[in-house]
Amino acid sequence: MSKLGNWLEQRFPVASFLSKNLKEYYVHSSVNFWYAMGAIAFVMLAVQVISGIFLLMYYVPTTEQAFSSIQYMMREVSYGWLIRYLHVVGASFFFIAIYLHMFRALLYGSYKNPREFLWMSGVVIYILMIAIAYTGYVLPWGQMSYWATRVIVSFLTVVPYVGDGLAQWLQGDFVVSSVTLSRFFAFHIVAFPLVIFLFIGIHIVALHVVGSNNPEGVTVNAHKKPAKNLRKKVIPFYPYVISKDLFVVFVALALFLGVVFYAPTFYGFFLEHINQIPANPMVTPSHIHPVWYLSPFYAILRAVPDKLLGVIFMFLSLVILFFLPWLDKSPVKSMRYKGRLSKGSLCVFILSVIMLGYYGMVPATDTHLFWTRIFTVLYFGHFVLMPIYTRIETCKQPPELN
Amino acid sequence: MVVKSKSRRQFLKFIVSSLSVVGALFAFWPFVKSMQPGKKAQSASTPITVDIKGLLPNQKIAVTWQGMPIYIIRRSENQIAELEKIESQLRDPDSLYSKQPEKSNNDYRSINKDVFVVVAICTHLGCSPTYKPEQASVDKDWAGGFFCACHGSKFDLAGRVYKKVPAPTNLMVPPYYFPNKDTIVIGADKAGDERYV
Repeated sequence: MSKLGNWLEQRFPVASFLSKNLKEYYVHSSVNFWYAMGAIAFVMLAVQVISGIFLLMYYVPTTEQAFSSIQYMMREVSYGWLIRYLHVVGASFFFIAIYLHMFRALLYGSYKNPREFLWMSGVVIYILMIAIAYTGYVLPWGQMSYWATRVIVSFLTVVPYVGDGLAQWLQGDFVVSSVTLSRFFAFHIVAFPLVIFLFIGIHIVALHVVGSNNPEGVTVNAHKKPAKNLRKKVIPFYPYVISKDLFVVFVALALFLGVVFYAPTFYGFFLEHINQIPANPMVTPSHIHPVWYLSPFYAILRAVPDKLLGVIFMFLSLVILFFLPWLDKSPVKSMRYKGRLSKGSLCVFILSVIMLGYYGMVPATDTHLFWTRIFTVLYFGHFVLMPIYTRIETCKQPPELN
Repeated sequence: MVVKSKSRRQFLKFIVSSLSVVGALFAFWPFVKSMQPGKKAQSASTPITVDIKGLLPNQKIAVTWQGMPIYIIRRSENQIAELEKIESQLRDPDSLYSKQPEKSNNDYRSINKDVFVVVAICTHLGCSPTYKPEQASVDKDWAGGFFCACHGSKFDLAGRVYKKVPAPTNLMVPPYYFPNKDTIVIGADKAGDERYV
């Protein structure tokens, strides 16, 4: 080590810290493509932070200028369109990466003992992402921004007795107004990001304590150099895993930039057409729906015919994720070794999330409501019945590390 | 400082931690309070005066009060008669669980039978319902009223909510009065009632 490196190492041991967490962090070699989703999410977070800083230089958070300042950026600022589309498409890609990341956890039982805390910190990050996405969605002050805010702030009015006061407190006015816009701006760019950074730190620290899971569900000591006969099965994160992660990240970035350049609104899925109309508090658009990544929850809200219960079930659909580590009673981690019931239930669950996502975006006709209710029951059924079907099914014997 | 007794140490810990919590809560209060509607928002609730001379049946005047959309409509004789007939289809026909000023707390939810004033914010999740006065304009049994396209809530021409829709209560009626036959003041119950928050 150089003299300068030595000097720094004694005062701020960054080199040994990195070495300990990258070169001497061991993972089972069965980790596959699904294990790169966290890396993609991390890169998308960086894209959001950087593009967000540059958006801030032109955006004005007032009802008079919010819409026009973004239009100005799109049309007059050099590469303003690129910065804005990076941010808009980046939000959707961030959610795609996180949904795949969560699916991986469901698939390989990454939430199970000893990774319960890791999973729960991840759910907190996911909920914070929703909060950031929602407050950010308000900022362009288009029709959908405005009316989605009206609808979501109204969720608070279901709280008995103090609901109306609570909604007025949050929006700082009697209806959603300029006051609401500037405080949501503060939440979006400062408050929530600070908290999400904190929790991402916690998530990564927690990961490095318990080590990465793997598709085989094999227990690996992440901090112990493997014995000679295991060197092909247990590999250090650097350089093996990180190079695979980087490859997947580059593929994801290519897809991401493809969308940014050739289909930035993604046919109205990433940026709704109706949000290109400035907000008008007097006229509700005939059809209000959330962006695709929040659509399943909105479908659950609409499925319940009672206002209070609808909001409760919508929140429950998120809160239930926290209990997952204790609902799964299976002796094995990975879906590869679980029985037919678990496999079937996961398939039905994924189908119901996709279908709820679809029904959350289309108008609430009677037929749509009927199917929304069926898929809502299936969504909750996956979790509620989990203690039963994971107990009664026969699992295959997972391999031991040898 | 050295505290010898174990129970004294426990007591100190308890006092310090509980006072810190109380202190933190007090410190938090100004920030919480700052988020409430300020003076500017409150001043937007000054009453507004609207000329309704030219308002004919089936027509609507939309105005803003407290930033909320307010509809003023005129109901025809037939429509007024219809209000009684549909009561069995309504969730809260007597407006027991709904918000309206004392003067409008009657079968028509209005001071005068014909002129109806309502806050056009759906009691479900805050969308603005559309005024659909024509019969059968929403579905074949539609008797005229307000329809919220967001989640399909239906209200009659007195803003009363139908059964089997997501909205829980009737549309809110704002405070208003008539200084003379052709003028309406929205935001106060009587002249001189400056602020109604």
